[in-house]
Amino acid sequence: MNDFPWLTVIAAVPLVGAVVVAAIPRERVESLKSAAIAFSMIALGLTIALMTQFRSTTRVGAPQFQFVEDHTWIADYGIGYRIGVDGVALLLIALTAFLVPIVLLASWNVESKTKSYFVLILVLETALIGCFAAIDVFLFYVFFEVMLVPMYFLIGVWGGERRVYAAVKFFLYTLLAGLLMLVAVLALYLRTKNGDPSGIGTFDYREWLKLDIPTATQNWLFLGFAIAFAVKVPLFPFHTWLPDAHTEAPTGGSVLLAAVMLKIGTFGFLRYSIPLFPDAAQTFAPMMMVLGLIGIFYGALVAIVQKDIKRLVAYTSIAHLGFIVLGLFAFTSQSLAGGVLYMINHGLSTGALFLIIGFLYERRHTRLISEYGGLRSVVPVLAATFLVAGLSSLALPGLNGFVSEFLVLLGTYSRHQVVGIIATFGIILAALYILIAYQRTMQGELTVEANRNLPDLTLREKFVIGPVLALIVALGVVPGPALRIIEPAVNRVLERVAQTDPAPTVSGVVGSAK
Amino acid sequence: MSLLAQGVETIKTPSIEYRLLAPMLIVFAAAIVGVLVEAFASVRARRVAGLLVALSGLLGAFVFVVNLAGERDILARGAVAIDGPALFLQGVILALAATSLLVMAERPHDDESPTAARALRPVHTEAFPLAMFSVGGMMLFVSANNLIVMFIALEVLSLPLYLLCGLARRRRLISQESALKYFLLGAFSSAFFLYGIALLYGYAGSVSLSDLAGATAVPTSNEALLYAGFALLAVGLLFKAGAAPFHFWTPDVYQGAPTGVTALMAACTKVAAFGAILRVMLVPFYSIRADWRVSMAAVAILTMVVGAVIAVTQTDVKRMLAYSSVAHAGFILTGVAASNREGLKGSMFYLAAYGFTVIGGFAVVTLVRDAGGEATHLSRWQGLGKRSPAVAGLFAFFLFALAGIPLTSGFTGKFAVFQAAIDGGATYLVIIGVVTSAIAAFFYARVVVLMFFQEPATDGPTVVSPPALTSAALALSVVATIVLGVYPSILLDVAASADQFIR
Repeated sequence: MNDFPWLTVIAAVPLVGAVVVAAIPRERVESLKSAAIAFSMIALGLTIALMTQFRSTTRVGAPQFQFVEDHTWIADYGIGYRIGVDGVALLLIALTAFLVPIVLLASWNVESKTKSYFVLILVLETALIGCFAAIDVFLFYVFFEVMLVPMYFLIGVWGGERRVYAAVKFFLYTLLAGLLMLVAVLALYLRTKNGDPSGIGTFDYREWLKLDIPTATQNWLFLGFAIAFAVKVPLFPFHTWLPDAHTEAPTGGSVLLAAVMLKIGTFGFLRYSIPLFPDAAQTFAPMMMVLGLIGIFYGALVAIVQKDIKRLVAYTSIAHLGFIVLGLFAFTSQSLAGGVLYMINHGLSTGALFLIIGFLYERRHTRLISEYGGLRSVVPVLAATFLVAGLSSLALPGLNGFVSEFLVLLGTYSRHQVVGIIATFGIILAALYILIAYQRTMQGELTVEANRNLPDLTLREKFVIGPVLALIVALGVVPGPALRIIEPAVNRVLERVAQTDPAPTVSGVVGSAK
Repeated sequence: MSLLAQGVETIKTPSIEYRLLAPMLIVFAAAIVGVLVEAFASVRARRVAGLLVALSGLLGAFVFVVNLAGERDILARGAVAIDGPALFLQGVILALAATSLLVMAERPHDDESPTAARALRPVHTEAFPLAMFSVGGMMLFVSANNLIVMFIALEVLSLPLYLLCGLARRRRLISQESALKYFLLGAFSSAFFLYGIALLYGYAGSVSLSDLAGATAVPTSNEALLYAGFALLAVGLLFKAGAAPFHFWTPDVYQGAPTGVTALMAACTKVAAFGAILRVMLVPFYSIRADWRVSMAAVAILTMVVGAVIAVTQTDVKRMLAYSSVAHAGFILTGVAASNREGLKGSMFYLAAYGFTVIGGFAVVTLVRDAGGEATHLSRWQGLGKRSPAVAGLFAFFLFALAGIPLTSGFTGKFAVFQAAIDGGATYLVIIGVVTSAIAAFFYARVVVLMFFQEPATDGPTVVSPPALTSAALALSVVATIVLGVYPSILLDVAASADQFIR
């Protein structure tokens, strides 16, 4: 079974599903929705099977990528259909495959153009998986840009009131950033071409790692890649598209946007910016950490004053992603592993929050916090799920968010004490915005009469939110397996930037830090 | 007696390589047969017969071009060069011309209502032979090895186009205005071109590209003549290519001309013009490329910026596509400014890719109609996605291709020219290129917004379901746009084997 093209099949299943769903007549709404979910479940099943076969090894000389497929695509430019995964990519693919069926089930009640909605989500899944699996930079870029199209339509057609503005802003922002990255990609490609006797060059990521790039050039190329990923993350001050896009997108769009698409930015830093330009990465690390810090505080402070609950959660994403960037650029194994784990955890907690807000919105068609209040007495189950997701978001010990946030802070502190201490205050703010949101919407007396007869979660909604909450708890209690999958990839990054830990490694004992 | 004999001996009839010239000869022959059809066939049969003659001429010529692949020779005593780029571009012109002819030849959509049809002029079947003459001129234009031949080709390709622009059956005034405007400005640019030839003759003592190449390789004192001649020649060529600041005719002409003719101009004329630009820049003036690269880069920047920025303000779909074609001319110019083989290859690929996409775009425009003919004002397209998702979806697809989204030919084309430009040391040009690409994406995205994200107007235009010929053109465009995006090697390999001019 080693030759089975696992990744291709996993990426192709949703696309095939999209074609099949597109072929079902639009009147048969139930069957096309079921078909879409069935295909996404197949992709999830295959991904789980893939995870069982993944070998996480720190052995020296072990190949960086597993399940590699390598076929020539556009020979003239040395472009190949090259895919493969390391631990980080594997977890992110798993996150994608896990969330898509949930998102589809959550979107069961999409009324207008149901078919197109389900088709677009499936196409988006293929693009997302492809983006994580690509180890050919051209292929990565293709998926990176192509995924804008389905998301553009998801926001623009099914979004809220200001959907057009949000969709166009999102599209142009990301497109321009991607195009600037393309310039850097081309410049790197030409370096391989000039060193290649056949004069063709290659887009193979593994070959690019062997390039020896002068420091001055590295700085420029780093910036070219960084701008694309900084917009995607988004890092302050490139974040302005995010609140609009997240707020206006339909629930399914918001979940995938926050949970998966933002991670392409942090994944990009980890996979491309840092290993390809290690010298530049160290040069710019202080700047990146400062931007991460600004994101933590800016996102949190702005979140606190939001009147729109969806916008509040959108701003918390900026804060959380700030932690991830901080972790990645602190260059310690804890902070890096924490940053990667944070990507998954943020996907789960923020995904859950957006799902729950989606439930509320379907009931009341408003996102204003003032329209809710005291809901706990009416919809106790919904309130409870909100609380769990919120506590995960504020990193309560025992839930998933704690592990990653703690690792990031610990790792950062061990190298940059001051930065670590400042970042710790971000936790307090996180507690503030989540608890304020919970208090104002769920606790106290019922404030709005219209909410008196709100129905609690339906069975379908419980099936939607249940698995996410289960995973939130599971990853909080046993983070070990996930960390072990991440570790080899993290070590490789550290080797690239030639950094050793000032403190024990991830698997070591935390308490023995000097 | 002896004198006469001597004279006979010295004036040898040039040997003509008919085999290598066959594609052009076939097209011109088809054009002449088309004229005869026009003269003798009954009114009813003209449309079908004329179209068949034209299409079989294009197809026959295309088969010959494919068969000639790999030939390299200078023919007709130095008048014509048949080499890789010439054959590649001739093939592209033929394929694009056939596709746009399908759009041009479509039976008028209002024929069903007899009163409306009577009020209008009959179908202009003379468009077919005119288009064929123009296509023949374009083919000669890209393979001319002599500035005088190039000038003749320029006129042969332009004059029928001036006429074609004025043939619209509706909105006659704006159509005739566009024809007149195109004619006057075209004549003006021809004069520039001719003046340039005269100066270059003064410099090199020859109009042959090969001799010019020899002359520019050795520095002389007459450089003023060379640079002045070069500049004037470039103005004439850039005018045809629609590059800024010589682009002012494009929006008016594209808007006024019948949409099928616009498709022909946007696709084929662009190929021909850039074919000639590439040949002139890379053969006679290759030795002085260090001098012209900067000015070409400046023109490219201006063209990209002007095209993309002004397109944003357009409210008419045909004008918007016209400005977008200006922007695309700028992108292709980055490939020219690269002044290397990669740039030549990339530009040639770009021309083919862009041609199919833009024909598809204009073909969609012919389908959205109201009582006054085509509804080209953008406000009329509002909510089109609700009323006819298929047509709106097609248009969105072409727009995304023009915007250069990966997996469409538009992206591959941009990729090819941009990487050539960076390779040629013009990274600044590529950075401006990607920024203007993003600006351009804004107005493509805006049309998508209009079609899909907004409610339809109550009295919106009707969308006719694509009739047979237009469907065929659309199918060709879609297939080409996807195939050249997903598996571009098919054409890239051909372009790579054809990336050297004969000198």
